Amino acid sequence: MAASNTQPPAIELRGISKAFGPVQANKDISISVRPGSIHGIIGENGAGKSTLMSILYGFYKADKGEVWINGTKTDIPDSQAAIASGIGMVFQHFKLVENFTVLENIVLGAEDGGLLRPSLAKARGELEHLAKEYELNVDPDAVTENLSVGHQQRVEILKALYRQAQILILDEPTGVLTPSEADQLFRILDRLRSEGKTIVLITHKLREIMEYTDTVSVMRRGEMTATVKTAETNPEHLAELMVGRKVLLRVDKTPAQPGKPILEVEKLRVVDGNGVERVKGIDLTVRAGEIVGIAGVAGNGQSELLEVLGGMRPGEGTVRLNGKELPLTGSGSDGRARRAVHIAHVPEDRHREALIMNFSAWENAVFGYHHDARWTSGPFIKNAAILEEAHQMMGRFDVRPPNPRLAAKSFSGGNQQKIVLAREIERNPDLLMIGQPTRGVDIGAIEFIHQQIVALRDQGKAILLVSVELEEILSLADRVAVMFDGHIMGERDAAATDERELGLLMAGVTGEDAA
Amino acid sequence: MDFLTILQVLDSSVRLATPLLLACLAGLFSERAGVIDIGLEGKMLVAAFFSAAIAYMSGSVWVGLLAGIASSVALALIHGLASITFRGNQLISGVAINFLAAGVTVLVAQHWFEQGGRTPSLTGDGRFESVTLPLAETLRNVPVLGPIYYELISGQFLLVYIAVLVVPLTWWVLYRTRFGLRLRAVGENPAAVDTAGISVTRLRYMAVIICGVLCGLAGAYLATALQAGFVKDMTAGRGFIALAALIFAKWKPWPAMWTCLLFGVLQAVALRYQNIEIGNFVIPVQFMDALPYILTVVILAGLVGRAIPPLAGGEPYTKER
Repeated sequence: MAASNTQPPAIELRGISKAFGPVQANKDISISVRPGSIHGIIGENGAGKSTLMSILYGFYKADKGEVWINGTKTDIPDSQAAIASGIGMVFQHFKLVENFTVLENIVLGAEDGGLLRPSLAKARGELEHLAKEYELNVDPDAVTENLSVGHQQRVEILKALYRQAQILILDEPTGVLTPSEADQLFRILDRLRSEGKTIVLITHKLREIMEYTDTVSVMRRGEMTATVKTAETNPEHLAELMVGRKVLLRVDKTPAQPGKPILEVEKLRVVDGNGVERVKGIDLTVRAGEIVGIAGVAGNGQSELLEVLGGMRPGEGTVRLNGKELPLTGSGSDGRARRAVHIAHVPEDRHREALIMNFSAWENAVFGYHHDARWTSGPFIKNAAILEEAHQMMGRFDVRPPNPRLAAKSFSGGNQQKIVLAREIERNPDLLMIGQPTRGVDIGAIEFIHQQIVALRDQGKAILLVSVELEEILSLADRVAVMFDGHIMGERDAAATDERELGLLMAGVTGEDAA
Repeated sequence: MDFLTILQVLDSSVRLATPLLLACLAGLFSERAGVIDIGLEGKMLVAAFFSAAIAYMSGSVWVGLLAGIASSVALALIHGLASITFRGNQLISGVAINFLAAGVTVLVAQHWFEQGGRTPSLTGDGRFESVTLPLAETLRNVPVLGPIYYELISGQFLLVYIAVLVVPLTWWVLYRTRFGLRLRAVGENPAAVDTAGISVTRLRYMAVIICGVLCGLAGAYLATALQAGFVKDMTAGRGFIALAALIFAKWKPWPAMWTCLLFGVLQAVALRYQNIEIGNFVIPVQFMDALPYILTVVILAGLVGRAIPPLAGGEPYTKER
């Protein structure tokens, strides 16, 4: 490491600024990354991390500032130039052509000559070599859309390595991975680092920063607030740098006092529109005064479970609320009927299912409950009454800015979620179902949302929580059920389990196999 | 129905299928690159008019053909400008091009020739002749194969042979060349192309220009080969039938050829058998004429199974924020 001090930095950014219209995404950012290191960039959503790296990759043009690569001032007007400078990027949303084979995706843009066959043959050989060197095994002839997310990510890494990347930028790489896939990824990154590659890791997960990076830069509201050696900091300090104030990372809650069963699910099956069985006969009970968390990698039936219970799609089996059976198909099985029996639902996809983004906050604050006599008289909506109520709700839930006339899309992710949460919690439901409560929500708002959920539990309500964030499940839930391939693989007491055990269940390994 | 009649109907099917096939392949290039083009009809129409008009004025069908292609490419570039550069709505741009073509052709025709919106009839070098292939006369009397060669394969217009050759050429370009790989990629996920350091705009413009050239061939064929001159609205919805064929063919070149031949057969049968009697019941000629269009509706209603279009079709590409 002593020798590397004499080397110029692999990446040096000097005074980078970038604005999107009135929004200043990056303000005068300078950063220097040592070759052969893993450098973390951490910050809340919208802090400008992705923008900064997209500038480095030539995806956006900086308004001001200089980029130096390996001690040479480099102009990066487009991605072609970035690739030529040895920079590779793995975007959060993969840039793969889904119906292409792995080989075609890797060759795209890096072909040798006008004919395809020689390029593909060359790439096949090179791929074999890379697979051996970095343990990056992927079937070159597999069609990309049939690969698991973890393997698709490998294809992205291989794409970069095939283009001789010396610097690899990864934007939120573990958001879609199981814990074991994430471990594999970090083993690969470690290997790349030992081969002298420089890695920039963008994430909002403090744990990854602490475990895997050498140095870390913190961004807040478009500015770089600090760059420190990872060994010389701690999660609390980083969180404070990110948010600008002290944050409670652990959810403060007392042990649950579960009462009578509120929601009872027996042998629930869900078949989707394509005839695929998504939920394969699950049993689940949620009692008053407890939070049951459903963990699992996205796409293992959790969404469909919430949708059936929320009246958004039909299912088969038995579902009882307070001992009374709920119809799962036909009349009385829609969302309005569910709300009528005091089930509140905060859907996973906030933008598509919970809010109408172009409508104002006050309209969104009563959607689903707008039939209520409080809000209508005959065919007319009582705008003034709703506006007043929305204003108060926004105050109670700390929605900023507290202006009910603003369109939902003008609020940040966290504040949008608070509007939805306010709407559902204020109806005093018996059961609150909440999917991905903090997806796209900044740390400050996460703290508030978690507190609200725990407070509702302490009032004796039943809460069903679905989240792909294992940390969130572990800190919030009292009991954890893990879903894999439409089944519940097992239930654990949240206090008596850990990420490792749940991670195995999430990958479909049952307790007996693991032992 | 004897063998010779069948051959004659097939011969006519091939003639009628040719403009559909060229337009269909034109659409294939555009839509595989993610630019939806409902303006095939309009491009064919201007090409039909300008090829006939210029062929008449110059006395050379070749000059006419070039003029037809140029006019079609001009409209293609307008579509490209609207939908690629200015990121407009591709459907609206296509509709506008169809209206523009329908109006401009008749207006200019009337201004130039004063024959009620048509061009004078083309004769001699102003029109494509049938190409008689070598040995057609000699082999004519060979049983079975002879008549097939003489009636069906020989004696077609040059553009028919070109259209048939464009099919394997399209397949080869699409699946065996770098350009084809990038073209298919840009229609599926332009962001993948962009991050790989390739210009999305350039690729899409190239696709749109190829589309213009092929539509130009299709239009010129209508006015200078299949018929001898331009008449108002002579494309008669062929651009839309070609689009239906493209969907039916799932955006693949060989299936596109078979689908267009199927439409060609329907048109040929309708032309030859005006009233078909089945017992006491007479199928009216109007029904026969409507058959290709009915098939179009059936295809577009999705009764042919699931056709998955290129994923990025119709979406102007903008880098996400």
